[in-house]
Amino acid sequence: MANILIYAEHLNGQVTDASFELIALARQLADSTGASVEAAIIGTGAGSLAYQLGGADTILVGESNELGEFNPQGHAAVFTDLITDRKPAITLVPYTSIGMDIASVAAATTDLPLVSYCLGVNADDGLSATCQLYGGKVEVDVQVDGDRAIFAMLSGCASADDGRSGGAGSEESIDVSVPELGIEFLYLTEPETGDIDIAAEEVLVAIGRGIESEDNIEEAQELADAIGAPLAASRPIIDQGWLPKDRQVGKSGLTVKPKIYLTLGISGAPEHLEGMRDSAIIIAINSDPQAPIFGVAHYGWVGDLFDFMPELTDRLEG
Amino acid sequence: MKIAVLMRAVPDPVEEFEIDGEDLDRDYLGFVLNEFDDHALEEALLLKEEIGGTVTAYAIGSADEVEQMLHTAIAKGADEAMMIGEDIDPLDAHSQAAAFAETIGPVAYDLVLSGVQASDELEGQVAMLAAASLGYPHMSVVVSVKPDGDGLKVTKEYWGGITADYRVSFPAVLGVQTAREAPRYVAVARIKQAQDSGTLASVDMPERGNEGRIHITAMRLPDTGEGAEMIEGDEEAAAEKVYEILSAAGVV
Repeated sequence: MANILIYAEHLNGQVTDASFELIALARQLADSTGASVEAAIIGTGAGSLAYQLGGADTILVGESNELGEFNPQGHAAVFTDLITDRKPAITLVPYTSIGMDIASVAAATTDLPLVSYCLGVNADDGLSATCQLYGGKVEVDVQVDGDRAIFAMLSGCASADDGRSGGAGSEESIDVSVPELGIEFLYLTEPETGDIDIAAEEVLVAIGRGIESEDNIEEAQELADAIGAPLAASRPIIDQGWLPKDRQVGKSGLTVKPKIYLTLGISGAPEHLEGMRDSAIIIAINSDPQAPIFGVAHYGWVGDLFDFMPELTDRLEG
Repeated sequence: MKIAVLMRAVPDPVEEFEIDGEDLDRDYLGFVLNEFDDHALEEALLLKEEIGGTVTAYAIGSADEVEQMLHTAIAKGADEAMMIGEDIDPLDAHSQAAAFAETIGPVAYDLVLSGVQASDELEGQVAMLAAASLGYPHMSVVVSVKPDGDGLKVTKEYWGGITADYRVSFPAVLGVQTAREAPRYVAVARIKQAQDSGTLASVDMPERGNEGRIHITAMRLPDTGEGAEMIEGDEEAAAEKVYEILSAAGVV
């Protein structure tokens, strides 16, 4: 079988866990198909990070000062050229802020099918995958026409540690010349830290879309005060400007592991679960019995959070 | 500056879904504007207020929800709203992207904004697929777009709160995650006014390009109950149980 190509992303001098997960997944697929695994790493710092990708058979190194750490247009162009040259049967890209700039454009330019939101890939009988849709509320099995495709993989598709271990792939430099770019990388900015570090708290009360309006936050705050915990939130609440950015849990926010994580009206989209699933005890309150949050919670109650909040506040204060 | 905003209706994320074969049972499903598209529209309107220009909102299909979305865009300040052709398979991102790209391409917009993703984009992100078809530079997970000389200064979010700033020249396609300000509220009366003041412009659906090459063979609800011990009873029983859990953990 033809080879497997993975996009290894890096930022701020670090290869991400998502990249190691792809190496682990590619190794599993290679074991069942006899394919070889190629990992591409592109941009400023690629050369010095390449050795970490030894789990691949070949490491394709595209060191470049011009592209910066990540240039959506430039990196996508370099990786698309690689797909054209190396003709991989399976191309794996992480479904992350970086991968989102790569996968769709590479698919459209190379005219390969793309399967997004993937949890797993199977190459035993043609190419197939299992994916999540609608914020993780639905799972689908998909079959791909033809024998080549690009898969955009969700976090957790394989063990990052498995992708880190072993191997000593050979390094090969690749062409990183690109046509004139309309996008120029300027600089990275680290997050500002606020008065509360939610990652250091023992208990968090986390609110989501179910809170419905800014006016209702006060009631959640009263409950959080009664417990003695700060409020955290999922992305929709932060995007509305109802709570500051440093309270955001999930993929684009912080990863937390408190003793108790009490969620109110959070459905549990994959991006949120990524940031809190390792909490010791997760309690979920949601009116939708199908909410994916109940899949990771230890305790759940299906009902109206506006009935629940005052009851618990009274119980704590009574 | 001429700005196009690409909008889509998606199943309301707070609804319970029922499955009918290999698709959702769409008969009783409510649809809402993709929340990220709402942020894209907001960022477009903010830019227009800062440096002038026009904002045109596009959406595919003729369903009531699509009309409502476009009337709302006008009520919020968009100059024009366009309905593209008929309804197409919502899971066919390639056809959606082709329809958008072929419709807006000839107009030569400086900037195309759309939501970074939608919950049903199984075949890739429509905004980025459209960028590839248009041959425009692209960026996803955008959280700020500001005028900067003869171009833009754009902030992209990574993870753990890390962001990067970029200089972007025109034309470009940006997949917006979060607008600089929360999407503005518009009174129902204003939407009604937009509805009454004229019909929406519409353009025909271009010829279909890329037919779907991935096929859903099974759809199911994930096993969500397996991990959680479900608390039975009313809110009082739930509050009592949660109190016990908090006490047992020694945190209250």
